[in-house]
Amino acid sequence: MNVGHYSLQEVLEKTSRPQGLCFEVGPFTARLRSTHKDFINTFRLLYFDVPVISDDQLIDFFIDMRAPKSHRRWIRPQIIARIDGQEPFQPFAAIHAMPLFEWALNWSIARQGQHHLMLHAAVLERYGKALILPATPGSGKSTLAAALAQRGWRFLSDEFCLIHLRHGQIIPIPRPTPLKNESIDVIRNFAKDVVIGPLFEKTRKGTIGHLRAPTASIERMKETATPTWIVFPKYQSQSDVIMEPLNKSAAFLKLATNSFNYTLLGATGFNVVKSIIETCDTYNLCYSNLDDVITQLDVLSNNAR
Amino acid sequence: MPAKRYTPGQALLLDCLKDPHSVTTLTVRQWSLLLRMAKICKLTAHLGWLIDQHNLGHSVPEKVINHFQAAQAIVAYRRRMAFWEMNRLQRALADCNTDIVVLKGCAYLLADMPFANARLFADVDILVEKSTIDRIEQSLLAQNWQTLKLDDYDQSYYRVWMHEIPPLRHVSRTMEVDIHHTIIPPSSDLQPDPVLLMRDAIGLDNTPFKVLSPCDMVLHSAVHLFFDSDLSNKLRDLVDLDQLLRHFGTENSQFFEVLLLRAKVLGLQRPLYYTLRYTHQLLATPIPDAVLQRSQEFAPPAPIRLLMDSLIPMALLPEHPDESFQTVRFARWLLYIRSHYLRMPLKLLIPHLARKSLVRFTRSASIT
Repeated sequence: MNVGHYSLQEVLEKTSRPQGLCFEVGPFTARLRSTHKDFINTFRLLYFDVPVISDDQLIDFFIDMRAPKSHRRWIRPQIIARIDGQEPFQPFAAIHAMPLFEWALNWSIARQGQHHLMLHAAVLERYGKALILPATPGSGKSTLAAALAQRGWRFLSDEFCLIHLRHGQIIPIPRPTPLKNESIDVIRNFAKDVVIGPLFEKTRKGTIGHLRAPTASIERMKETATPTWIVFPKYQSQSDVIMEPLNKSAAFLKLATNSFNYTLLGATGFNVVKSIIETCDTYNLCYSNLDDVITQLDVLSNNAR
Repeated sequence: MPAKRYTPGQALLLDCLKDPHSVTTLTVRQWSLLLRMAKICKLTAHLGWLIDQHNLGHSVPEKVINHFQAAQAIVAYRRRMAFWEMNRLQRALADCNTDIVVLKGCAYLLADMPFANARLFADVDILVEKSTIDRIEQSLLAQNWQTLKLDDYDQSYYRVWMHEIPPLRHVSRTMEVDIHHTIIPPSSDLQPDPVLLMRDAIGLDNTPFKVLSPCDMVLHSAVHLFFDSDLSNKLRDLVDLDQLLRHFGTENSQFFEVLLLRAKVLGLQRPLYYTLRYTHQLLATPIPDAVLQRSQEFAPPAPIRLLMDSLIPMALLPEHPDESFQTVRFARWLLYIRSHYLRMPLKLLIPHLARKSLVRFTRSASIT
């Protein structure tokens, strides 16, 4: 049963109960409790295809989205993310509940996902092989990943590239992609049937609209993929597509410094990065036009088929 | 305390700590609760370690193992950072030619206590002779350690009333270094002689640092928990005491006898009494009956004893993260006040608390 199977009223009833609404996020499970109707409406829209599970399974993250116990419940209302009894963030304006919830989920994954190597990267898959797009400032990786996901690539992740420490496979964690500012219209114009949630203005990153993950990638989120290409994208206005091999030692450093827990994992982290660098082809990629860059990446994947 | 007063989560956690075999019959829902309870008091990695020690890994669900692995990865990282910090300290202080005794978590690591490898800790604590503390501080400051940002009040509070100087941290690292000249604030009623602690400290192979003798290690941990903290969610510290007692008690059959004597010499009878009472009561620490009997003479008068019997377990044990009880909050508040009262006479305490709550009030007012 998926979140979208239930009506808004039913989802709200579940999230208002003490046992909350439990659902799967890639390899993790989460419990959400909230009585905020607008937020739950957005949550339902963006997590539409996500499987609901019963509360007698092992739950990894316990997230409550609730009003503060002060006058800010009513006057210029705020919202607080309570994560397993802790409140690690300052309150947000109540209308920004969704970005706060996504942030809370990111925080939970980054803290509790230490049994993976966690790269800050988007991941897509074609024919079982994974394309890793590390997030460097100005890379446009979210936009590129969202576009690829509309052109036959399976979307595995926008934020966390989770690499299993034992078998080295990439574990999908498809969640909504936060598109920023101009990217929102770029993706809207790129594919007609995408679902983008309400726009949140004046967040720390400007205007944010969340793109729902494709249904198929949620349905196949238990299928892992083999790391095959590491491509460091760089969006450059007016540029042609330029894809150049990147030497492995430089790729190693770029990848390791872009990880959430490379340092924390010590020797284990080093060995995992080393083995994916050794097995993957590594490139720098400069692009401006999405159709052109997708053609180029398709060639890469067709050649390896 | 009768068992019925524990919440289901507390009972699960205590059962697992007392007898790890109890996990073989847990349902998934119970595992979920156990993990949440352990996480609050930073015992996740410890549970994973206990379960490994008893070869019970086969009865742990895969998803629970992930939690243990993740927690152990964090512990391993902090341990590497601590060893590195000790390595740098050792190099930086080589010229000071003075004994440096490492305390608490890092000492358990250096002394090769088995449970230390699953223990999460935040800083490196060292004990030095008071006369050398200025020299050591100056030397570290000259070598790029920095005093953490404190206002003038906090600075002078540390210098005048504390048993340690304000924490230092190297400019390019995250591990805090706390330098102590004794193990409890000098304004406390307890006055263990730091000279005795330093004199009996034990040298180790492969490191110029020393650690406290087994008895003093236990007594320091006891003082720290029962006389220098508010005990809130500090079950981890009681687990430390439990593990130390189990370790030294097995190693040396006379250990508890010596411990009782040493407590008298240092004037630390009361913290030892609490230690023996609550490790035995909550964690079933194997302590000879005769020793428990003899420690009764260190007990506080009956009314206080009864009060502490109800307050201490309530504060030490974590509450269910979805629930919070007024009585527990009240118990914790009382022990918070007590912890300050023990450290400072009233004429110091009242202005200090007033100032702290004023600062907290203005801070929270400025946030909203």
